[in-house]
Amino acid sequence: MRVMPQVAMVMNLDKCIGCHTCSVTCKQTWTNRPGVEYVWFNNVETRPGQGYPRRYEDQRRWRGGWELDAKGRLRPKAGGRLRRMLGIFASPLMPSIQDYYEPWTYDYETLTTAPLSEHSPVAAPRSLLTGEPTQVRWGANWDDSLGGDPSPDPVLAEVSDQVRLSFEQAFMFFLPRICEHCLNPSCVASCPSGALYKRSEDGIVLVDQDRCRGWRMCVTGCPYKKIYFNHKTGKAEKCTFCFPRVEVGLPTVCSETCVGRLRYLGVLLYDADRVAAAAAAPREHDLYRAQLSLFLDPSDPEVAAAAREAGIPESWLEAARRSPVRDLIVRWRLALPLHPEYRTMPMVWYIPPLSPVVDAVAGSGHDGEHGGNLFGAIEALRIPVSYLAGLFTAGDPEPVRLALRRLAALRSHMRAVNLGEEPDPSIAAECGLTAGDIEAMYRLLALARYDERYVIPTTYEARGPVEEAGCSLDYDGGPGMGSGAFGEASGRPVPVSIESFHGLRRRQTSETIGPDPLNWDGKGAG
Amino acid sequence: MSGWAETALWIVTPYLTLLIFALGLVWRFRYDRFGWTTRSSQLYEHQLLRIASPVFHFGLLFVIVGHVVGLLIPEHWTRAMGITESMYHMSALVVGAIAGTCTLAGIALLIYRRRTTGPVFMATTANDKAMYVVLTAAILAGLLTTLLTSAFGEHDYRHTVSPWFRGIFVFQPDAAAITAAPWPYRLHTAIGMLLLAIFPFTRLVHAFAAPLTYPFRPYIVYRSRSATGGPPLTRRAPRGW
Repeated sequence: MRVMPQVAMVMNLDKCIGCHTCSVTCKQTWTNRPGVEYVWFNNVETRPGQGYPRRYEDQRRWRGGWELDAKGRLRPKAGGRLRRMLGIFASPLMPSIQDYYEPWTYDYETLTTAPLSEHSPVAAPRSLLTGEPTQVRWGANWDDSLGGDPSPDPVLAEVSDQVRLSFEQAFMFFLPRICEHCLNPSCVASCPSGALYKRSEDGIVLVDQDRCRGWRMCVTGCPYKKIYFNHKTGKAEKCTFCFPRVEVGLPTVCSETCVGRLRYLGVLLYDADRVAAAAAAPREHDLYRAQLSLFLDPSDPEVAAAAREAGIPESWLEAARRSPVRDLIVRWRLALPLHPEYRTMPMVWYIPPLSPVVDAVAGSGHDGEHGGNLFGAIEALRIPVSYLAGLFTAGDPEPVRLALRRLAALRSHMRAVNLGEEPDPSIAAECGLTAGDIEAMYRLLALARYDERYVIPTTYEARGPVEEAGCSLDYDGGPGMGSGAFGEASGRPVPVSIESFHGLRRRQTSETIGPDPLNWDGKGAG
Repeated sequence: MSGWAETALWIVTPYLTLLIFALGLVWRFRYDRFGWTTRSSQLYEHQLLRIASPVFHFGLLFVIVGHVVGLLIPEHWTRAMGITESMYHMSALVVGAIAGTCTLAGIALLIYRRRTTGPVFMATTANDKAMYVVLTAAILAGLLTTLLTSAFGEHDYRHTVSPWFRGIFVFQPDAAAITAAPWPYRLHTAIGMLLLAIFPFTRLVHAFAAPLTYPFRPYIVYRSRSATGGPPLTRRAPRGW
């Protein structure tokens, strides 16, 4: 047993209203720079829908994640090491910019410089790649809230034709996505330079920018398409799980700013020695359970001893015991992994949405919060369940049904409590819970405060004051030095905060009005 | 060409070139590890790249192997292996012509793509353009020597260029040997030296990023954030004055 800690996330999809606040705050924090204009480390997709980049879930085309070879061993779906090396001079399985979208800005300057005329001037769109006038054809959430165009959704394509029509009418929900920070990351496995790595302290998957050589294999390797290519620097960039915040015990920006407070962060301990075996489970339906079996119980003295031996601090063990994520994933089985069939063992899990079922029951004139009605509907509404199973359990409907039944029991039980009635104990019992479980679930899902939703131990080591690595202005040329001798991306990288600070200053004090009054213009700092 | 010019070109320049090449690479690695990449433009355009890039690169790999064989292996070695003069030249010519043509076609397509695709052209720096000129010139001059060999079949560079080249590494460069070669050979060699000299300062450095260790490492890489708990992070705090 090799105990490793993982900072994991759970999102409660019932609460997502699709406001994109997480995406916008993430972008302002991490990808408001030239070269990553098209990049959204966090994006919110409408399901059913194409997703971003378009149809990324169609692994027959993109070949992301892992597969089992003839002998049942794990191998990256796009090919093993030698095969990838032979294909290094072109990376044909990588999405092109059109599969994401061509980033654009608007010619705002026209608005202020246009001569007086009868008609108001118009800020026409300009491509951020060429600077030329462009037609805006697609965006990161172009099909936002449409949810009625089933043909391009690769998950829906697996559901039979017969059920699609009623599905479109019955069902739509939002799916916020970040990097999964997988236990078995296929991006890391795909990186020829060894620049991608999983941090042993917290399981966050990061790109070493100095070691990345821009081979782009990780973009192909990631089945979630959550590694992006910075087209200015020629390097891979990805969701960092806001590691500078997590290290000091703060939640990620997407969690912090979530309007619906639907994200939970906490520590899970897992057995790193068994990851490869679990990811190689022969049947795809078994992958969800195989991943569950990796998680260790931090209250188990044997696990705690092994964790201490592995150098895991006491504060992390304590956090693992109080982990809200562990309750949702392991204790109540409410949260499910996204696409376990990719065999990457993802670590951002989702509580499937019950609302569509409630809506369907209420819409048919019945009591949408009555336990019996809901249980019946979960059984009867085969379509949402099989679609959710296609997303979260490799097609196995049972875990989805259990989670939905428990959510239904929660509603029914708490309604009785709120109305001053005696809750029917059989409702909880029917889905394997007690009244105490349900009330604890209710507390975590409905009431939990900041410090209950985000239980993040710090990674400070008690070794006196933190030593500055040196003044961040101390590098050749100082702030705003521009580019190095080998073109735009060369030389030592400008620290992001400096870049935007000086960019902002320049924009605020310059005589000319920049192309974009927002703080990101894709054409360098101001 | 007068004596001192010959000495300068064929005896001093090779060592200068090697010095610039080696020190340049060290300096670039220290100064610009972040920029040690070729800044792929695949995101902008992938259809032409998908064909042109492998054709160019695989062609180039064969060309490099050909240069190693032709320059480093003395004639009496191949003769001892039972390879006759005509066999050697025939195979060198066929392989060289195919590989060279692939390389040339590849780079022609790549340059065409670079010039005609808007975003790709915009991402092309002056440095890139200068490098393309030298690289293309080296390939053209190289193909010219191959063509001349096939057209006349009389000059054997293994008696002129190769001894001079090998002499460089034992500090006995034989300028007389290479001056005996016809002008296309001398032109190709001179451009080749120029290419090596600019190599560390252009995007060509990505050749030294070839991930040769990838097939031998485990798939999953773990690293520790603390410098003590694992392999050190590549970026260290900069050294003060």
